[in-house]
Amino acid sequence: MMENNMILRVTTKILFAPIIIFGLYVQFHGDYGPGGGFQAGVIIAAAFILHALVFGLEAGRRLFPLWLNIVLLVAGVLIYGGVGVASMALNGLFLDYNVLATSPAAGQHIGILIVEFGVGLTVTTVMLLLFHAFAGFVPASSMQPDDEEAS
Amino acid sequence: MTTILLNLFLMAILVFIVVMVMRTNRLFAVVVLSGAYSLICAAMFVNLDAVDVAFTEAAVGAGISTVLFLSAMAVLPSKEKQTTQSHTLTSNLTGLVVCILAGAVLMVAAFDLPAIGSPDAPVHQHVAPRYLTESDSVLHIPNVVTTVLASYRGFDTLGETIVVFTAGLGVFLLLCGATRTARRQRPEAEGEEAHDGK
Repeated sequence: MMENNMILRVTTKILFAPIIIFGLYVQFHGDYGPGGGFQAGVIIAAAFILHALVFGLEAGRRLFPLWLNIVLLVAGVLIYGGVGVASMALNGLFLDYNVLATSPAAGQHIGILIVEFGVGLTVTTVMLLLFHAFAGFVPASSMQPDDEEAS
Repeated sequence: MTTILLNLFLMAILVFIVVMVMRTNRLFAVVVLSGAYSLICAAMFVNLDAVDVAFTEAAVGAGISTVLFLSAMAVLPSKEKQTTQSHTLTSNLTGLVVCILAGAVLMVAAFDLPAIGSPDAPVHQHVAPRYLTESDSVLHIPNVVTTVLASYRGFDTLGETIVVFTAGLGVFLLLCGATRTARRQRPEAEGEEAHDGK
């Protein structure tokens, strides 16, 4: 990709961590300001996609391997559903956060935080998975032996 | 008044972008213009005090989908194929009539809608007052959007998350399955890349 462009590489190295920190801020500050799991997931995925765009798909996959991507993808949904099952185990209804802590308000805080974290995890990993699936896509037609010069 | 003027201005930009998208056949320009369209939409949502929606629109519509479209463009030709038979007078006229009719019906229906932000609107009479008063005083969470999304409508959001999960997994299986099949057919052509297919 653009491994040889020094300005892009240095800018990416400077921006990578602040983008992720902003994503985490959006993730965990969603109770008090605009934001939440969906937005934060996209922002964090954008940091990894920027890294992959500048340093190449291979480097991006070394930083965030496919197995980790798949595991976190499933983990996000399981965390969300797990909160529901946990509240059922505590004699509440499915996704009834009131029983998660001593007071209903504290339970709602904890439940919303965990649920949003699951959403963020799934959105991040789905975006990364989509990006790598599209960017690393090798169409079957361009691999035919008689189609050698196809770009 | 300024809100309406600003919205009209943004609406004009949106129409301008749509006309540009229709007139060009270069896919790169279309992708960048659709990103700009999403950004203007986000500005419009901020103007309508829907900050959370604007945030999502800016991050997903203007950011990630532009990148995804660009990466999908890598396997597409750079110019849209021109269809020759679609530019006859009758087909254009039919399209024009259908568009005007549909637009007229929508505009007539829009007169029956309650005014924007009207407290008497049915949507603000049902459960919304309970959300608005309870969220801050009982749950101590100031952002009502978050409480509605994650708590009051937790089932819906669980469904949304599963939809995102299923869609991502489906695209991954389709595309990476195709890539892997292609590499299996020509393993020697992708010698240095074949090992990362797993």
